Amino acid sequence: MKYLRQLGIIMVITFMGEMLKEVIPLAIPASIYGLLLMLAALMTKAVRLEDVKETADFLIEIMPVMFIPAAAELVVSWGILQDILIPVIVITLVTTVAVMAVSGRVTQSVIRFEKKRKEKNERNNK
Amino acid sequence: MKEIISNSAFFGVFISLVGYEAGLFLKKKIRHPLVNPLLISIIFVIVILVVLNIDYERYHQGAKYISYLLTPATVCLAVPLYEQISLLKNNWKAIIMGIVSGVITSMSSVLLLSLVFGLSHEEYVTLLPKSITTAIGMELSKETGGIVTITVTVIIITGIFGNVIAEGVCRLFRIHEPVAKGIGIGTSAHAVGTTKAMEMGQEEGAMSSLAIAVAGLLTAAGVSVFAGLM
Repeated sequence: MKYLRQLGIIMVITFMGEMLKEVIPLAIPASIYGLLLMLAALMTKAVRLEDVKETADFLIEIMPVMFIPAAAELVVSWGILQDILIPVIVITLVTTVAVMAVSGRVTQSVIRFEKKRKEKNERNNK
Repeated sequence: MKEIISNSAFFGVFISLVGYEAGLFLKKKIRHPLVNPLLISIIFVIVILVVLNIDYERYHQGAKYISYLLTPATVCLAVPLYEQISLLKNNWKAIIMGIVSGVITSMSSVLLLSLVFGLSHEEYVTLLPKSITTAIGMELSKETGGIVTITVTVIIITGIFGNVIAEGVCRLFRIHEPVAKGIGIGTSAHAVGTTKAMEMGQEEGAMSSLAIAVAGLLTAAGVSVFAGLM
């Protein structure tokens, strides 16, 4: 019954996320509210890690499969997309590389800068 | 035969899973980043639908039960994030700065390229939320007057592309810190990219999950400003 209970807890939190979406008038999906709720529940120990762990790992593992139906909808939207296909492809490729490189590099630079500063402080304290 | 397929609630799930298994098999045989199980399964499903002349609606009546799991699965991304929470505590400054710079890069490069291609305002706002999770992106597209179907398609293409190129981009730009890899992938390619980050490692996966939520929220806050710029 372990997996059923784990799935039950995940569904309760997902449902609470849906309720929050109804109450709060922002363009934020239920899944993000649910993610934040789950994180809060784990941090406050309202939900223990072992209460959800295996089922959560399973759902995350099979997550790529869940994108197949939405992506296959391309066969339907192809008609509208055709007219602006070239700009859309160029913009998609360029921005994806740019965003990944910029946010990755900035994060790495700040991590390394902070590391150096800490080391310096430690040396000065000695 | 076609009758059976058209009426089956399992056909959609069946060909999606077969496509994914085929992708996993090919990935094992041919170790190349372009041999991506998700990409292969999507091509597989589209080819089957086109060749057998099956309506998307028919496919979707079964396949929707796979998509149904997407919301609870996204909620579950909190679990690896919680397991790696010390990473967040130790690197929060770098993480925030990385995601903010990524979100600004995303919207300003869409703006710039839309100007270059002479796109209409409608087309521009359609592309504006392309890097973030589908659920938030759809809402923002609707709100700013974009074409929601295209937004969804472009978000998915972005995710698949990000998933495929993630390892290459990290190598090319010498991004070695696992935290930085995860933030870069999650900020640029949302949940589809995150599945790749999960494969790369626990730290990468956790940071990528975090970036989906934060980048989505920041984009929601900034999109109205950018929508007014063109």
